[in-house]
Amino acid sequence: MTFATHTGNRGLVLEEKLIFEQGQPDRTGVDLPEPKGTKSRLGGLDRESDVGLPGLSEPQVVRHFTRLSQKNFGIDSGFFPLGSCTMKHNPRLNEKVARLPGLADLHPMQPESTVQGALELIDTCAHWLLVLTGMPAVSMSPAAGAQGELCGMMAIRAALDARGENRRRVLVPESAHGTNPATAAACGFTVDSIPATEDGRVDLAAFEAKLGDDVAGIMLTNPNTCGLFERDVRKIADLVHAAGGYFYCDGANFNAIVGRVRPADLGIDAMHINLHKTFSTPHGGGGPGSGPVVFSEALAPYAPIPYVVRNENGFHLVETADENDGMKPFGRLKGFHGQMGMFIRALTYMKSHGADGLRQASGDAVLNANYLLARLKEKLSVAFPGYCMHEALFDDSFLKDTGVSTLDLAKAIIDEGFHPMTMYFPLVVHGALLIEPTETETKESIDQFCDAVLSLVAKAESGDAEFFKNAPYLTPRRRLDETAAARKPVLRWQPETA
Amino acid sequence: MRYLPLTRADRAAMLETIGASSVEELYCDVPDGALLDAPVDLPSHLGEMQVERDMQALAAKNIGASSVPSFLGAGAYRHHVPATVDYVIQRGEFLTAYTPYQPEIAQGTLQYLFEFQTQVASITGMDVANASMWDGATSCAEAVLMACRATRRKKAVLSGGLHPHYREVTETYCQYSDTEVAGRDGNPEQQATVEELGELIDDQTACVVVQYPDVFGRIQDHTRLADLCHAKGALLVVVFTEAVAFGAIKSPGSFGADIVCGEGQSIGNALNYGGPYVGLFATTQKLVRQMPGRLCGETVDQDGKRGFVLTLSTREQHIRREKATSNICTNSGLCSLAFTVHMSLLGEDGYRRLATLNHENACKAADAIDAVPGASVVNDSFFNEFTVKLTKPAAEVVEALVAEGVLGGVPLSRLYPNRSDLDNYLLVAVTETNTDEDIAALAAALKEALA
Repeated sequence: MTFATHTGNRGLVLEEKLIFEQGQPDRTGVDLPEPKGTKSRLGGLDRESDVGLPGLSEPQVVRHFTRLSQKNFGIDSGFFPLGSCTMKHNPRLNEKVARLPGLADLHPMQPESTVQGALELIDTCAHWLLVLTGMPAVSMSPAAGAQGELCGMMAIRAALDARGENRRRVLVPESAHGTNPATAAACGFTVDSIPATEDGRVDLAAFEAKLGDDVAGIMLTNPNTCGLFERDVRKIADLVHAAGGYFYCDGANFNAIVGRVRPADLGIDAMHINLHKTFSTPHGGGGPGSGPVVFSEALAPYAPIPYVVRNENGFHLVETADENDGMKPFGRLKGFHGQMGMFIRALTYMKSHGADGLRQASGDAVLNANYLLARLKEKLSVAFPGYCMHEALFDDSFLKDTGVSTLDLAKAIIDEGFHPMTMYFPLVVHGALLIEPTETETKESIDQFCDAVLSLVAKAESGDAEFFKNAPYLTPRRRLDETAAARKPVLRWQPETA
Repeated sequence: MRYLPLTRADRAAMLETIGASSVEELYCDVPDGALLDAPVDLPSHLGEMQVERDMQALAAKNIGASSVPSFLGAGAYRHHVPATVDYVIQRGEFLTAYTPYQPEIAQGTLQYLFEFQTQVASITGMDVANASMWDGATSCAEAVLMACRATRRKKAVLSGGLHPHYREVTETYCQYSDTEVAGRDGNPEQQATVEELGELIDDQTACVVVQYPDVFGRIQDHTRLADLCHAKGALLVVVFTEAVAFGAIKSPGSFGADIVCGEGQSIGNALNYGGPYVGLFATTQKLVRQMPGRLCGETVDQDGKRGFVLTLSTREQHIRREKATSNICTNSGLCSLAFTVHMSLLGEDGYRRLATLNHENACKAADAIDAVPGASVVNDSFFNEFTVKLTKPAAEVVEALVAEGVLGGVPLSRLYPNRSDLDNYLLVAVTETNTDEDIAALAAALKEALA
C-alpha cells in the first residue's frame, strides 16, 4: 500500500534536511566558557565577518546524524559482497583498543622516551606483516593503498636512478585497478598495457614481448582483479628481473592468501597491504585506509622516512634522510608517522586471529567465494573457468536479450536487502559483476543471497525488463540523476538569496 | 575463532557443492612449493580479554598527552572532542560502510560529505571543497600538482613558513614529475617579505605556497602576495595546520587565495600519534575540475526528490587511469564525519568562541613564559601557537620537562634536524584544554630547566 504522508517520512524512513537548513543563530551544541576579552595578538587579522555555520543543539545533532546513518548500508546492516573491497566484519574490540588512553591521545611529536609503547606497537605490527609476507623490510607510513603504490613505485624509481638507468616504461595488465596506472604516471613512468589471456591471467607471451631495457617493472595484482591466482607469477618475476626491471605487486587481494602463501616466495620486490581490507580496519564510508609496503632487499634502502628501529636504548624513530648510513630514502610521503590508529586496529585483529586464525580466514574466504560461484554458475555466466580465489567474477552475457543490464540487476539486488557486488570492474570483462562474500559471512547468508539473485535472473529472463529499469523501489532515494549532477555541479549548500 | 562462522559441516557441504576435495585444492594455481602446509611462525589466536590486556600493556608504556600538562602542536593539536562525535562515528552504518558507489543506499554518507564540503568551504572562505584528502601534508603536495595542471607550469615556490613535513612531502611528490620546488629557509626571527617571495616567481611558476598561521605561529596578511601571484600568472596556495584558527582570523579566501588546504585533525579527531587525520582541500569555482579527490554533488532522484551523488568522477583514476588528476582513491571518510559532527555541534557561536578561547589561553601562556628568565616569546602575532627562544637547546629542555611531568612543546630541532641555528627554539601550542594550572606548571618547569 502506498500513500503520501504529510511529512514525507515513511515510518522509520525519515526525511532529513541539511544542517544548514535547521540552524538558528542562538543555538549551540557546546557549552564553552565566556571569553575574557583579552586584547588579541592576531596581527590585526581578526575575523570580522560571519563564517556562515548553522547553530544546532546537541540533541538536534545526534538526531540529524542518527537519521543520516539510517540511510546507509554497512557491513553491520547486512551482506555486502562488494568485490575487490573486502567488506568483512569489523570487530568492535579493535575500536575499543584504538581509543585506549595512552594510544589515542599520543601527540606525534612527543619525545621518544614517552612513546616507547607506541613505537613498539608499530614495530610489532611491522613484524607480523614481515612474517606473513616473508619479506625483509616494510614501510609503515603510506596513508592508503594508493599511497602504498606510490611508495613502491617511487622506491623503484629511486633504485633505477641509483643504477643510473633511465627506464621509464611500466607494464600494467588491462585488468588493473585504476590507481595502478595513475600511480605509475605520478612517478613519471609511461604505462604500457598488457593484454589478458582467455583464462583471465597475464598473457605471458605478450608480456615477454614487451620487455626491454626501457622497462622499469611490472605492476601486477595477485591474486588479480578477476579473483584469480596468476599461475605464472614466478615466471613473470624471473622474466622481469632478467630484463633488469622490478616486480611491484598490488597486494589489494592479499586477504585471499594470507597465512598460506608468502609473496616473498613468488619473487616480488614491493607490495602494499591494505590494512582496511586484509586486516579489517573499518572502511568508514571511504577511509581512512592504511597501506604499508613490504620491500625486497633490492628496494629496502630506498624506503621513505620515517621508520622505527630498535637500538640499545629501546625503539627509535628515524625521521631524517641522512641519519642512517645504509639507507637512501626517496623522501617523505605523509606528515608524521603513518596511520597509527589503523596499526592499532590491524594488530588487534592479527593477534585475535593468530597465525592459525589468519590461515583459516583466507581459506574460508576462498571457500565462500567458490561456493557462491558454484551456486550461481547454473544461471550466471562465469567470466573465466576454474576455481576462483576470494571473489567470483561473472560477465553480463547471461543477461543478453533480457534488456536488463548489470546496473539494473544491481539496483534490484538493493531492494532485496543486500549491498550489490562491484559492477563494471575489472574492465576486461563485459558488464562485470565481481562478488566477494568474505570469510565472516555464514553459509546461510550466502545461500539467501544466491537464492535472491537466481530469482531475479529468472525474473529478467521472463521478460520483465521494465521492473529492473526502475529499481530500486524501496530505498530512501531511488535512482539519482548523475548526469545532471556532473553537468551543473552543486557542491555545497548556499543560502537563498533574494 | 569468534569472527569465523563456518562450521565443519558447512565446510564439508560447501566443498561438496563446489566439487572439490579440500580447501587446498582451491589453491591449485599456486606454484609448487609456495603453498604453506602449516601456519607461519607467529602466535596463535587469542580471546578478546587476552588481546585487550596485551594492547593495554603497550598503551601503559606511553605517557598520553591528556594525562599531563601538554603543549605540543606543530601540525597536530589536542582539543576537546565532544562525546557525541565518537558516538556518531561508531554507528555501524557509518563505520562499516564504504565509498558511496550505490547512492540509493548511501545517502547518509553522501549528505554528510555535502555538509562537510560546505563547512570546509565556509571556514576557508572558498567556493568549493572536496570530500577530504589523507592529511594536511599530502593536501599541500596535491595542491602544488593541481596548480601545475591549472597553469601548465612546472615550478612551485614554497615559503619558509611552511611546515617542514609539508615541504618534504611536496618535494617527494614533485621529484618525479619534473616539477621544480624552490623556496626559502624558515626563520622564526625574520619573516620573508612579499617582495622577497616575489623575486622567486618567474614565468614558469605555477604557485606560491604560504602557511597561515605559519609553522612558527605567525599570522600574516597575504593579500598583496595574492595580487603579485596573479599578476605573474601564478596561483596562491594557502596552507594551514590548525583549522580552529579560522574562527578567529580572516579566512584565506578573503586574501584572494586560489587553493586553500591543510589539516582538519583539530576538529573532531584525536591525536592518534599522527594519523589517521583528514586533509581539507578547497578552491575556487573556476578550478573545480582540476581538483583531486572525491566530490559530492546535489541532484534529484527519479521521483524528483533531492539527493546526493559522487560527481565529476571523470577527473579520477578509476575512469581516467594514467591521465587522472591524482591517484587518490579512498580518502578520510570517517575522519571527515568526525569533523562534520564536531563542527555541527560548534556552530557559528561555538566555533568562534572556541577559537577565541584558544587565543586567550595562548596569550596567557605567552605572558607566563615571557616572565621566565631565559625564555622569550619570538612572535609579534600568533593564534594558539608561538615560538620561544631559550638559552639552552630546546630538545634538552623538553627532556627535562618530561622529568617534571610536562610535555612542554616541540623543539624546532625535531622539525629542522639539520639547522643547528634553530636548536634553542621551542614551539609551544596552547588550546582550550590547557588549564591555568597547566600553564603554571609549564612556567615553573621551564624556570627550573633554564636555571
